[in-house]
Amino acid sequence: MKWTFFHKLGSPKWFYDISGRWLPWFAVAAVALLAVGSVWGLFIAPQDYQQGNSFRIIYIHVPAAFVAQSCYVMLAVAGIVSLVWRMKLADVALKCAAPIGAWMTFVALLTGAIWGKPTWGTYWVWDARLTSMLILLFLYFGIIALGQAISNRDTAAKATAVLAIVGTVNIPIIKYSVDWWNTLHQPATFTITEKPAMPVEMWLPLLLMVLGFYALFTVSLFMRMRLEVLHREHKTRWVRDVLEKLS
Amino acid sequence: MRQIVWLLFCREWRLAWRRPGDLLNPLVFFALVVSLFPLAVGPEPSMLRAMAPGVIWVAALLATLLSLDGLFRSDYEDGSLEQWVLSPHPLELMVLVKVLHHWLVSGLAMVVLAPLFGMMLALPVSVLPVLVLTLLLGTPILSLLGAVGAALTVGLKSGGVLLALLILPLYIPVLILGTGAMDAALQGMPVTGFMLWLGCLAVLALTLAPFAIAAGLRIGVSE
Amino acid sequence: MYNGARLIQVPVALKYSGRSPVNMSHPPRRFGVKVKPLPVELDGLACERDQRELFASLSLRLEPGEVLQVAGPNGSGKTSLLRIMAGLLSPSAGDMRYGGESVYRGAGRENWRQQRLFIGHAPAVKGALTAEENLAWLCALSNPVTTDQIWQALEQVGLRGFEDVPCHNLSAGQHRRVALARLYLEQHPVWILDEPFTAIDKAGVAALEGHIMQHAEQGGLVIMTTHHGLDHLPGVRCLDLGQVN
Repeated sequence: MKWTFFHKLGSPKWFYDISGRWLPWFAVAAVALLAVGSVWGLFIAPQDYQQGNSFRIIYIHVPAAFVAQSCYVMLAVAGIVSLVWRMKLADVALKCAAPIGAWMTFVALLTGAIWGKPTWGTYWVWDARLTSMLILLFLYFGIIALGQAISNRDTAAKATAVLAIVGTVNIPIIKYSVDWWNTLHQPATFTITEKPAMPVEMWLPLLLMVLGFYALFTVSLFMRMRLEVLHREHKTRWVRDVLEKLS
Repeated sequence: MRQIVWLLFCREWRLAWRRPGDLLNPLVFFALVVSLFPLAVGPEPSMLRAMAPGVIWVAALLATLLSLDGLFRSDYEDGSLEQWVLSPHPLELMVLVKVLHHWLVSGLAMVVLAPLFGMMLALPVSVLPVLVLTLLLGTPILSLLGAVGAALTVGLKSGGVLLALLILPLYIPVLILGTGAMDAALQGMPVTGFMLWLGCLAVLALTLAPFAIAAGLRIGVSE
Repeated sequence: MYNGARLIQVPVALKYSGRSPVNMSHPPRRFGVKVKPLPVELDGLACERDQRELFASLSLRLEPGEVLQVAGPNGSGKTSLLRIMAGLLSPSAGDMRYGGESVYRGAGRENWRQQRLFIGHAPAVKGALTAEENLAWLCALSNPVTTDQIWQALEQVGLRGFEDVPCHNLSAGQHRRVALARLYLEQHPVWILDEPFTAIDKAGVAALEGHIMQHAEQGGLVIMTTHHGLDHLPGVRCLDLGQVN
């Protein structure tokens, strides 16, 4: 186990340099994957036999939902790293990733509602997936609100770390109870989760979109983290050199 | 260790009974919220009966949140919390005793009042024991999870709204299980499954929440 | 900003005679320091609050029987240093050792919690409880004490007759005296006191100074911050966290 790598990871300067080198690659990958995936999914892939063209929204809804959920888990992991190993970079990651995750959840909800109109006739229906997404959005709001409310930066980081961990422990419980609540109250509706086995032409663009969304998430996260690192370390010499080079 | 538990319990008991207003306010709030619904949607018994489990549970949630807001605040402000954190006794144990005491004076009172409100909302008498049992299992979970939020916001004066925002999403499983049990009882179906799940959540909260609460308090004190 | 603290050694003039300067009659102390404290070592402590570095590379060794006064202007980190020493805050760098073991980890932490008594800015006195109930609880956090001992301690801080008065009826100075009564009750060898003389009148200050010196005489260790001058007390070390212009 390379502990030196792990401890180097805690240095903001190292992160700034590494992310600077990787960022263009991630950006190119994101643009390429999203472009190919969306054109393929939204225009070229064959129509769904039941829903016609309206199902194509899953090419945006599903990746956004995946990223939203894994982002919350990432917040909890960053929280654990921050509390156990006292790594300041983990604090930065948590603070920067929360709004991105919230936006992804919002996109998932919006596209879910857009999908709902042609499928069920209304924009919003209390389906298990959408309800879980809504609760996830509230959990994100909670973390962002707590981070904003505490003025001391380090205390805010620790408190949001604890909240993220508590939220993540609760997420499976919430998901299962909402799923089960949904079956209680709406036994016969068509659920988004039940898909017949998708042919390759359908799930391959979905895979590309999912990867593209993850790349997009990484790009936004790196950009936000770089800005936050510069802000936090603004008194050090390496930041002054960087700023001089930029200006 | 038993002595400190008993002494802490006595201390909290004395503090609670010397300020009886703090105990009664959440109960009055509970009663008010429950009474608002018939006023809002009309007194027709069948509609009230359909809404009753949800209304009672949501009112219980909100009343618990209201009573939890200041759970640690006065101790934080006068410095007692620092002494708890500094003492050789485990903070998790002391926190557990404090939250359970809080449940005894607020949650248990709601459990006792609930059948009254159930009858006011046209619930049949046969269902009332199920109501009492779900609240009995559910209100400790509400107290424990809410205390996590109270511990994280202990240094803030921003009031209960932030606490509600943090904790209400975590209350949703308890709400679903509690009202699900009530609905099943109303339809005459067995409720053991729900009770077991609620019991499961209660044990989980009892064992894990004190660690989160203690962590939150240590963070608040180290400000 | 300021890095590194200056240690000022007050020249030892007289040995403390054991008589307090003010004539306050109280029964002889029944609680002495039963356990001699071990040496306390600060090793390169640094503290950063709100992105400001308050002090860094603070190294010090305290032997049993010493009284350390931490001095400095407002905002220089005195309270933060005391809270770091008590264990409420973690230092941003460095370590503190009690008897060779770090106080932030493992067995050393448990040991330190038993040995030190911290009385901070806030007196930890609840208004709704009486002085006696407050003290009973505060002492129970380390070692439970009997009612007789509590009454005696309250008498020694000049609160005789106030034992069963709810503390919201007491003045700020009396609140602090209730908190300071712990110094007469508990048997911790190491005392960490943050501004103990706040709101105390002159007679009380003199009595408390006497008590602190007595504790040091018997081998205890006292670390405190105060704006009050302690130059007239012999053998008090002073740690100045003040700014260097």
